[in-house]
Amino acid sequence: MADMTTSSSPAAPQLERTLPRGRVERGSAAEAQLRELWETPPGWRGWLSTVDHKRIGMRYLVTAFVFLILGGVEALIMRVQLAQPNATVLTPEQYNQLFTMHGVTMIFLYALPVLSGFSNYLWPLILGARDMAFPRLNAFSYWVFLFAAIFLYASFPLGEAPDAGWFNYVPLSGLRYDTGPNIDVYALGMVLLGISTTVGAVNFVVTLLRMRAPGMSLDRVPVLVWGTMTASCGNLAAVPSVSLAFLMLWMDRRIGTHFFDVANGGRALLWQHLFWIFAHPWVYVVVLPAMGIVSDALPVFCRRPLVGYGPVAFSTIATMLIGFVVWIHHMFATGLPALALSFFGAASMAIAIPSAIATFAWIATIWLGSPVFRVPFYFFAGFVLLFVIGGVSGVMTAAVPFDWQLTDTYFVVAHLHYVLLGINVFPVIGGVYFWFPKFTGRMMSERIGKLAFWVMFIGFNVAFFPMHIAGLLGMPRRIYTYAPDMGWSTVNLITSAGSFVLALGILIFLCDLCYSLRHGVVAGDNPWDAGTLEWSTTSPPPPYNFAVVPTVASRHPLWEGRVEEDARNGTRSSLAEGFMLDHGREALGTTALEARPDVILKMPEDSYTPFVLSVFAALLFAGLALLAWWWVAAMLAGCAISIIVWLWPERGLIQREPRRVHDAGG
Amino acid sequence: MAAPAAAHDAPLNYFLHAAGPATAPTMALGWALTALSMSVIVVVALLLVIAIARRRRRVEDGSSFAKSEAGAMRWVYVGTGISSVLLIVTLVYTLVTLDSVAAPQRAPSLTLTVTAYDWWWKVDYGDSDGGPAFATANEIHIPVGEPVKIVLKSADVVHAFWVPQLAGKTQTIPGQTNEQWIEADAPGTYRGQCSQFCGAQHAHMAFEVVAQERGAFDAWRGGQAKPAMPRADGAADALASHGRQLFQDRCAGCHTVRGTDARGAQAPDLTHLDSRRLIAAGAMTNTPEHQLDWIRHAQRIKPDSLMPSIVLSEGDAAALSAYLATLH
Repeated sequence: MADMTTSSSPAAPQLERTLPRGRVERGSAAEAQLRELWETPPGWRGWLSTVDHKRIGMRYLVTAFVFLILGGVEALIMRVQLAQPNATVLTPEQYNQLFTMHGVTMIFLYALPVLSGFSNYLWPLILGARDMAFPRLNAFSYWVFLFAAIFLYASFPLGEAPDAGWFNYVPLSGLRYDTGPNIDVYALGMVLLGISTTVGAVNFVVTLLRMRAPGMSLDRVPVLVWGTMTASCGNLAAVPSVSLAFLMLWMDRRIGTHFFDVANGGRALLWQHLFWIFAHPWVYVVVLPAMGIVSDALPVFCRRPLVGYGPVAFSTIATMLIGFVVWIHHMFATGLPALALSFFGAASMAIAIPSAIATFAWIATIWLGSPVFRVPFYFFAGFVLLFVIGGVSGVMTAAVPFDWQLTDTYFVVAHLHYVLLGINVFPVIGGVYFWFPKFTGRMMSERIGKLAFWVMFIGFNVAFFPMHIAGLLGMPRRIYTYAPDMGWSTVNLITSAGSFVLALGILIFLCDLCYSLRHGVVAGDNPWDAGTLEWSTTSPPPPYNFAVVPTVASRHPLWEGRVEEDARNGTRSSLAEGFMLDHGREALGTTALEARPDVILKMPEDSYTPFVLSVFAALLFAGLALLAWWWVAAMLAGCAISIIVWLWPERGLIQREPRRVHDAGG
Repeated sequence: MAAPAAAHDAPLNYFLHAAGPATAPTMALGWALTALSMSVIVVVALLLVIAIARRRRRVEDGSSFAKSEAGAMRWVYVGTGISSVLLIVTLVYTLVTLDSVAAPQRAPSLTLTVTAYDWWWKVDYGDSDGGPAFATANEIHIPVGEPVKIVLKSADVVHAFWVPQLAGKTQTIPGQTNEQWIEADAPGTYRGQCSQFCGAQHAHMAFEVVAQERGAFDAWRGGQAKPAMPRADGAADALASHGRQLFQDRCAGCHTVRGTDARGAQAPDLTHLDSRRLIAAGAMTNTPEHQLDWIRHAQRIKPDSLMPSIVLSEGDAAALSAYLATLH
């Protein structure tokens, strides 16, 4: 084990150190030493204690896809029930649990975690860093997510899954009308999940502000970073609202408070406000990083940089900000005064303007570039069309009086699936095809990938476009069946058929994934000839990411010299030569705006503490669900001890200022 | 007598049918928005296809990328500019429409209170306009050509009142009172449905609004306000009398029949059951067979609804049916 401190007396750690520049060749002894410092040992011990962002990111991706499949199966069962009028495949209670869990699964257990997975894996690599700012917190956020998901799903085999919709309106979700443990599971599970989301957001924000490679000023970071950073700030502001709402609901149900209890002075509408103040920003949280994926990867397949980087970055922030003042558009029919509704309706239309900026940036990038017809390009081009369809149907629902007809019909179901699948799932799958070579060292299949795209694209549109029509014909949401004389039979049959085609497409994609893991063509470092930093490492990247800290001089370090707009003042990024940080696990901290080197960050070793703390936290919430107060106290003590162990000061983690630093050029 | 049901393929179709001023401007807005949206989709699809398919000089790997150019940003400016103009126009049109449907042009001539229950609709006609006050369920009558104010309440969870061909929807929220207005231009029957998820039988919580000429409406209202009066009629009377006793024993705990001792308040008022077109909140047409089916097999027709399946011998069933037939 390398000496963690510089040569000094144990009593007074030295706080300054010269930061040398140099090279570390692949295969050299220095490189082997770095690898040994950073590598997680194999086996279950390493599995439980790793803090490597790449492994954590991969876990998020795999777990999220498992829940995509589970949520998809829930949907397919519902589509069997709805394919024909007056079907009896499901009882009303079964249907209600299925549609609730379908929403909960897709929105909370797939849509954000999959983007957390991409961001976790990629951020340090695209920022030129060795890891995220808080590696142990990173591991903790994954474990809590996993345990919260298990907590939510544990209710299913007992037939007690949440059944009041993912939006869980009171009083239906209150104790009087929903006596079982279903809603308690939902409420506590969401509070637990909120912990994961919050610490994850903190990690992203601090990493962005402190760990970019020297020279990577804010206007040079990839758009995925803008997307995830904006989403993380959004999360920090919004998640407390829903955690509070669910905590208040649980307290009403089990402790005896009356926040929402109408009979005792509570207000039912309060739930809707608290929920939607969170849930509307949330839907932007689950799409902005995916839009960032497209903004970064699409240009690679157009052989040119993104058109309008600045406006696109601005539009990301504008979307998130406006997204905080539109929540009432989920509540247009609640009896609020028309004047108030007008403001929110106007904001809901205004939010389409930043979306237009991004859409035209993407179209221009394709138009002015030279498209390369590889699989990721298909998914990104398809995404642009689905984004626009989802966007215009959203503008239709923003029109207040028309929304009084559209809301709570299948028109909204069509809209939300166009935006959620179109803006999250399609870019995610394109992103998987794009970064699979980097993650695994192998390419996925071009032929199977294109087949998967077409089957998915056709299946998706056949399934969801008719839902607009069903909605315009008056079909309400959340009904387990319908009469044959309502005029909805044909569109429902078509939708059900399309949904199975879509599922087939996803299955084809998953088969390609599994096949390519073993048999894919071996990929080099940069099979797509892309321009950002992650493509300068091996595929898969080494555990330390970068042997020396790169210095960055443009948005596309690997395209320098080939893109005219970047070669303004002739400075070039330096990838093979840079600051050497090898006295233990170390990373470089830089200033927030211009990324000047600032501090040597001592990174923690692998640790079991995040896992142990998350186990105690999950068991604590299980105790709350069972109202087992002694158990809760014991688990609370366990959490406290784990936190103390985690935060116990370690000499080796004291940060050091670099004494002399050579600035990056430009 | 109820007016015949509107002969539409899709009774909740508000996109093609607006039967009153509370929603006619909205339907026009909907068409405009749909046309605009479809145009935008077509234009963007065309741009995408052309962008992808258009012929261009091939770029060799490793060589200079496509020239960067000042014209690139023009795409963003022009596209965003056009989108913004269209959005502002849409917004103005929307706000104008909102203004015209948010409240009626003249004061409502009638006010009703609708209280939503799991999973049926209580309808209270008050006497503020001088007409008689009474309660009924699931079938609302209004006079043609006059704005009607609906005061909306809930007895349990959040529901939403929606009769799409006459107006948009409004939630009924326990602990507070909402209101909306409806108006029908022509006589007819307009279907409504609960449109806020409210539990197990949300799917089967429908109602009808019957618009009648003023004279017919007043006659209906007068008839509804009267208590139940069984006809004096020979042999049938004995069976109906037995049925009335059965009703008192088995049904009166929940249901009301004004003019008798049945004063249950948790279920629909059945005083004039025979005058309604549908039963069980729109689940079935109102025939003696369907009535008995509902009474004996409610949990099969609407599982988990609050109406139990009531076991009746054949004789009892015939008696009850005969009694219910007198509730016209």
